[in-house]
Amino acid sequence: MNRATLNLWVGIFVVGGFIALLFLAFKVGNFSSGNLGETYSVIAHFDNIGGLKASAPVKSSGVLVGRVVSIQFDTKKYDALVTMRLDKRVPFSTDTMASVLTSGILGEQYVGLETGGEPEMLKEGGEVSHTQGAVVLEKLIGQFFLSKSQEPADATK
Amino acid sequence: MLNKTRQELENVGRMSLDLVSGIGAVFVFLLLTLRYSGTSFQRFTLTIREIFFSGVLSLIIILVSGLFVGMVLGLQGYETLQTYGSSESVGVLVALSLTRELGPVVSALLFASRAGSAITAEIGLMKATEQLSAMEMMAINPIARVVGPRFWGGVLSMPVLTAMFIGTGVLGGYIIAVLLIGVDSGAFWSQMNAAVDFNHDVVNGLLKSFVFGLAICSIATYQGYAAAPTAEGVSGATTRTVVSSSLAILALDLVLTAFMLKG
Repeated sequence: MNRATLNLWVGIFVVGGFIALLFLAFKVGNFSSGNLGETYSVIAHFDNIGGLKASAPVKSSGVLVGRVVSIQFDTKKYDALVTMRLDKRVPFSTDTMASVLTSGILGEQYVGLETGGEPEMLKEGGEVSHTQGAVVLEKLIGQFFLSKSQEPADATK
Repeated sequence: MLNKTRQELENVGRMSLDLVSGIGAVFVFLLLTLRYSGTSFQRFTLTIREIFFSGVLSLIIILVSGLFVGMVLGLQGYETLQTYGSSESVGVLVALSLTRELGPVVSALLFASRAGSAITAEIGLMKATEQLSAMEMMAINPIARVVGPRFWGGVLSMPVLTAMFIGTGVLGGYIIAVLLIGVDSGAFWSQMNAAVDFNHDVVNGLLKSFVFGLAICSIATYQGYAAAPTAEGVSGATTRTVVSSSLAILALDLVLTAFMLKG
């Protein structure tokens, strides 16, 4: 086999590998959504984070605006301290509400942000003070049974 | 009785020593190959020829196996996920199992038996027909001229083949799940896209395959170079290449996975 044919085949091989890599990067994986460009970081205290993990998405109205950087346990307040990085193009007001939500019934958990009405915006290192932790299914079921048992017995009749 | 026990113990000892010295010999040979691998890059046409023989000629088996592995994963995954009412996640299952485990490991096992054995047989035959000694007579270093290009050709081909294996596997899963069973195409791709992280899953998978490529090629070239210069010796060396590189792949995979999941 002469050198030109050899080079041609190896060229096809390399190009094919490159196409496969691009396919894996953009169609199979999420190469584009991983980097947010310029960001600023904010913190939030949650009473319960449920199954939230580092690098979980931060969404507002379902749109990805940032990612969770780290989750620590705050020994002063005895709750969870969540650090998030948000896209610099998306400013949030200082009275923004953050809550730990779940996408779908068995989906992954993420932080949902709802902006408030304050004119002042969150800055680098700012704190989201209004938070709502994850809903614990056992507590929800417990409350349901409690409310059921407190109903008057003849209510169904 | 006592004699027999003694003999058994001696056998165990001999086998352990052989194993350790075998690993050591392969490692020393790998260092030697790395030391003389300048030629492989200065005269890159030599390496391109080996990329053709290890990489391009392995394409058919890699692509066909990838397609079928992906199709089987799609079928099995759909059957299992359907009982939980989440058959749309079949794309996630196919893509994650392929990028993290099956892609690197299965393509490395196929590469070891297709290209690794060929490298061993070729080098072993060159030794048996005294071509390597002839080179030494002409003051050509056979490790630089024969072993290096084969080693680097294989090492460079391995991640490319793995990427193609994973790609065709995902397409195979798509064919079964979306085109034949009728899972929603949008949910299939978007759930997969949300679950597979490029750095964490794809890059780690390709990193694994690079390490497997190093292991396969150093074992294959060593076995060929150390083979007894007879027809029997070459055939034995070829068998040993396939067996020891398969075991090395599986052992390395466990270690690498443990590190990657931790980090």
